[in-house]
Amino acid sequence: MRRKLGAGDVTFNILNYMFLAALMVCTLYPFINLLAISLNESTDTLRGQVYLWPNALTWDNYRVVFQNEMLLGATLRSVARTVLGTALSLIGSVMLAYTLSRKEFFLRKSINLIMVISMYISGGLIPTYILIKNLGLTNSFWVYIIPGLISVFNVIIIRTYFDQLPDGLVEAARIDGANEFQTLFRIVIPVSMPVLATVTLFVSVGHWNSWFDNYMYNTRDNLNLLQYELMKILMQSTQQVTSNATGSLSSESLRQITPQSIRATMTIIVTIPILFVYPFLQRYFIKGIMIGAVKE
Amino acid sequence: MNIRSTLQQDVQGQARVRTGGKLLGKKIKSQYQLLLMSIPFVIILILFSYVPLWGWIMAFQKYSPGKGISGSPFVGFDNFIKLFHDDRFFLVLRNTLVMSILSLVTSFVGAITLALLLNEVKHVLFKRAVQTITYIPHFVSMVVIANIVITFLSPDGGFVNQILMATGIIHEPIYFMSKGEWFWGIHTLTVLWKELGWSTIIYLAVISGLNPETYEAAEVDGAGRFQKIWHISIPGLLPTATMLLILSLGSIVNTGYESQFLLGNSLTTDFYEVLDLYALNISFGSGQYSIGVALSIFKCVVSLILVLSVNKLVKKAGQASLF
Repeated sequence: MRRKLGAGDVTFNILNYMFLAALMVCTLYPFINLLAISLNESTDTLRGQVYLWPNALTWDNYRVVFQNEMLLGATLRSVARTVLGTALSLIGSVMLAYTLSRKEFFLRKSINLIMVISMYISGGLIPTYILIKNLGLTNSFWVYIIPGLISVFNVIIIRTYFDQLPDGLVEAARIDGANEFQTLFRIVIPVSMPVLATVTLFVSVGHWNSWFDNYMYNTRDNLNLLQYELMKILMQSTQQVTSNATGSLSSESLRQITPQSIRATMTIIVTIPILFVYPFLQRYFIKGIMIGAVKE
Repeated sequence: MNIRSTLQQDVQGQARVRTGGKLLGKKIKSQYQLLLMSIPFVIILILFSYVPLWGWIMAFQKYSPGKGISGSPFVGFDNFIKLFHDDRFFLVLRNTLVMSILSLVTSFVGAITLALLLNEVKHVLFKRAVQTITYIPHFVSMVVIANIVITFLSPDGGFVNQILMATGIIHEPIYFMSKGEWFWGIHTLTVLWKELGWSTIIYLAVISGLNPETYEAAEVDGAGRFQKIWHISIPGLLPTATMLLILSLGSIVNTGYESQFLLGNSLTTDFYEVLDLYALNISFGSGQYSIGVALSIFKCVVSLILVLSVNKLVKKAGQASLF
């Protein structure tokens, strides 16, 4: 028994679909435009008129960017940071979350309290900087991984998921003589893939997108990340900046193409991996977020 | 009977006290695997979240990096007094508050509107396409977003200027990013564009959790689409929405600084500089570390007060509270 659509309903539907379609275009167009620019000959780009597709198709921009040793190194470091950082952070968060989901664990309440308070109190940028410097983590690759190893938010999401698994699961493993590590890695983790996929997405995207720790703690060029190199180029185009930010553009090999083309190409290079993993994980993350939102 | 049981409890209590140490040892022994799994990571958490609090001492000293915390002389509340007499501090506080309130309101209204509109789409594939595409900017780095904004607003062939010139609205290109008074607007729109799709997730989930029978009953009573939205969907969203709004009020001084840092430039400093960036600037730029730390303390204390009072407010309103 469906009600017939009135004229008002039809108009609303048309307007609604048009608005949402426009929203999609607004979201996608900048990326498509930059993709077109990155695939267009850089001298041709200067004339303007590049919108949805390249006028003079070429791979030159990508070739030039990847031939630049500094940028290639930065790309590899970004990949290393993302893979290693995500793996370590995930292992840590899962183990911590598992112990907090074990009701008999005698430190459970204390650790919970330590975690929750840490969400609301922070020493601030300067004390943290001094600590990291005193620990000898400045000018080192590990500053990208260790300080942010445990995200309380992610631990809570994972723990909430573990909490709602049936008690029998862990008990059965216990009766079979499994120890805690075996229970976690052989029983609990295999049934927790949706939440682990969500957290993997969050953590890996966070690592891939980070640049501020690079800016704060690492001054040596051989530790720079791709996002930071892109940031330097961006800053250079908008203002006179300190001499340390002029490195990459003044290099001889990059002069073959215009700054505009370098920026577009690098933007695409840092965006592509995200567009690539995101659809595969998308079906999990909505569920994962809702788990985190229900409790806490 | 009563006396006996209390006596018994007493005895047990004393026994517990005596065996307390032993019990702990036993617990450690039987749960050593759980300890191995948690302690290393708790130590990292404590190291990077709590140990920096030690640095707060600097705010009460005339700190110099050469002397360190142990060697610098104490000056009481001098740094706070200096901070509260600093005009720049109030300017920066204004920037922080204005930008977070603007973003808060636009994202709140935007997310609810988009969720309601998406809910009216009956075409599943189209709905999913809109969701998938509008979530993308959330995952893209702020560096890329800032790059896009600056490229598109560029006076030198930027898309927006091209359109405005082509339609004859302006004759000279506008230098968008150099105008301080436009910074707040540009920043707000940028953040909205980045997070709009993503922020609808929770509202969409709430709408889909509303009882379908209510909608059917309304339909039988002859309610039109707008009446259903107005009388069912919006009241259904309201509890979640108020809760989220109140909670985000708690973090109003605690906004990020990345977007401001990346979009701003030397011409717009007076409008983009927020508390954290000023703390960095005053510390590393002019070497007044103690004032920078005093600023961080101010920020932390204010946001703590806000979070606690907001939590109390929520509790009073009868909603599930944060703690």
